[in-house]
Amino acid sequence: MIHKFTQNDVNIVLDVNSGAIHVVDQIVYDILDYYPKETTKTTIEQLKDKYSENEISDAITEIDTLKKEGLLFSEDNYINHESFKNRKPVVKALCLHIAHDCNIRCEYCFASQGDFKGDRSLMSLDVGKKSIDFLIKNSGNRRNLEVDFFGGEPLMNFDVVKEIIAYGKKEEKKYGKNIRFTITTNGVLLDDEIMKYINENMNNVVLSIDGRENINDRVRCTINGGGTYDIILPKILKMAKLRGEKDYYARGTFTRYNLDFSKDVLHLADLGFKHISVEPVVASPEEDYAILEEDLPQIFKEYEYLMDEYLKRKNTDKDFNFFHFTIDLNQGPCIAKRLSGCGAGAEYLAVTPEGDLYPCHQFVGNEDFKLGNINDGTLDTPIYDQFSNANVYNKEECSKCWAKFYCSGGCHANAYNFNQDINIPYNIGCEMEKKRIECAITIQAKLL
Amino acid sequence: MKYIKTLTGANLVKSIAKGGCGECQTSCQSACKTSCTVGNQQCENQ
Repeated sequence: MIHKFTQNDVNIVLDVNSGAIHVVDQIVYDILDYYPKETTKTTIEQLKDKYSENEISDAITEIDTLKKEGLLFSEDNYINHESFKNRKPVVKALCLHIAHDCNIRCEYCFASQGDFKGDRSLMSLDVGKKSIDFLIKNSGNRRNLEVDFFGGEPLMNFDVVKEIIAYGKKEEKKYGKNIRFTITTNGVLLDDEIMKYINENMNNVVLSIDGRENINDRVRCTINGGGTYDIILPKILKMAKLRGEKDYYARGTFTRYNLDFSKDVLHLADLGFKHISVEPVVASPEEDYAILEEDLPQIFKEYEYLMDEYLKRKNTDKDFNFFHFTIDLNQGPCIAKRLSGCGAGAEYLAVTPEGDLYPCHQFVGNEDFKLGNINDGTLDTPIYDQFSNANVYNKEECSKCWAKFYCSGGCHANAYNFNQDINIPYNIGCEMEKKRIECAITIQAKLL
Repeated sequence: MKYIKTLTGANLVKSIAKGGCGECQTSCQSACKTSCTVGNQQCENQ
C-alpha cells in the first residue's frame, strides 16, 4: 500500500508497510496513478502528452528498483511476527484521578466539570499507595513506568500527590523500577512552592490554556463565570520558564468556536511557550462547540497555515514545538509499539478517587467499562482482553488506511463515544489526524 | 536516482529486530490526552 500527496509544492510518497518515505518528481507522482496495475505501454500512452517515452521508462525503472528493495509496495508481514503474536501486555502507566473536583468550569469538559458525573471527591493516600503497589505488581519486567496526576484539578489534592510521589520513589528502588511522574493542571493554584516541587519531581507538566484571551475565557471560566486567562497566564508562563530544558506542554483545546485555532497556537508561541499542543475537542455532535464534518476543509487550511508559520519560525528565536507536527522519521517508535496502539485498557489504566479502575481517563464514570477496584487488585478479564486486542488489524477501517502505523488505530474513547464500538474509529478525528501527519512529514521534507 | 529522493528507508521493517521492549512512554501520557498519535513518540532504545 502506498499513499501519495502534494503539499507546499512537494510530492510525497509513503510506502505504508515498510515506513519508507520518498520525495518524488511530478513524473513519478503521475506514473503512480497507473503503476503497478497498468502496463508500461499503457502508462506511456496515458502520459505521452506530458513526458517523453524515455523519461517515463526511466522513471518506471526507478520505481521498479525501489519496489525490489522493499521501499515501495511492500507487504505487511507484521501480523504474523512473533513480537506481535506473542505479545502479553503489562500495566505500565496509571492515570491517577487525584481529584474529582475542579476549581474552574470548562464548557466542553469531558469530566463533567471535574466530577466525572459522580460525587466530588479526592483520592486518599491509601488508594494512591495501593495504586503504586498495583502498578509495580502488574508491570512484569518493564522498568520504566508512568504515573500521571490528573483530575479534575490535581492541585486541589496536592499534599496527597506529594505523599504518593514520596511513596513511589521509595518503592521503585525496592523493585528496580523507574517511575516517571507527570501532572496535568489548569494552573489556578500554582504558587512558587508548588512550581518548585513540580519542577523537581515531575517528568512532564501539562499546562491547560486554550490560546487567545477571548477564546480561552469563552469556555474556560471561573466558578462565577469570569475568565481564567488573566489568573492563569502569569503562573503557567512562570512554570514553563522554570522548566528550562525539562518537558512541559501548554495544552489547549479548539472547538467550533475557534476553527481559526492556528491563531491560538501562534498566540501561545508569541507568549513564549516553546512546547505547545492544541487539540480538537471531543464532543457529541449536538453540542454547539462540537466539530462537524463540514468544518474539516477549514481545519485542514488551518493546519496548512500553521505548518507554514512553523517552518518560517524554525531556527529563529520564535521557534516552537507543536505536538502533532513532531515526528522523527528515523528514530520513531518500533512496529511493535505502533501495532499495540495507545495502550488504554491494557498498558494504561485510570484510577478514580475511590480506587475504581477504567481503561483510561475518558472512560471514567461509564460503569460498563469498570475493570475492577484497586483494593482487590483484580482486573475484569473480558474488558481487559477486548482493549488488549484492539489493534489496527482488528479494526476494519484501520486495516485499509495508510495512516495506521502513525495513529495506531486512534483513540478508543473517541471510537466508542461516536460509534459505540472501540473498533470503529471516529471518522472526523481520523481525517484531522491524517492531515496532521501529512503536515508533519511535509515539514521534514522541507527541512531537508 | 534522478526522479526520486528517499527521505527515510524501511525503518518499520528494521525496527522489528530490536523493537518490542515496551519501555517507551504510553501515548496519552505525553501531552494529548484526547487525540492519540503513536508515530510521534520516541523510542526508549535509540
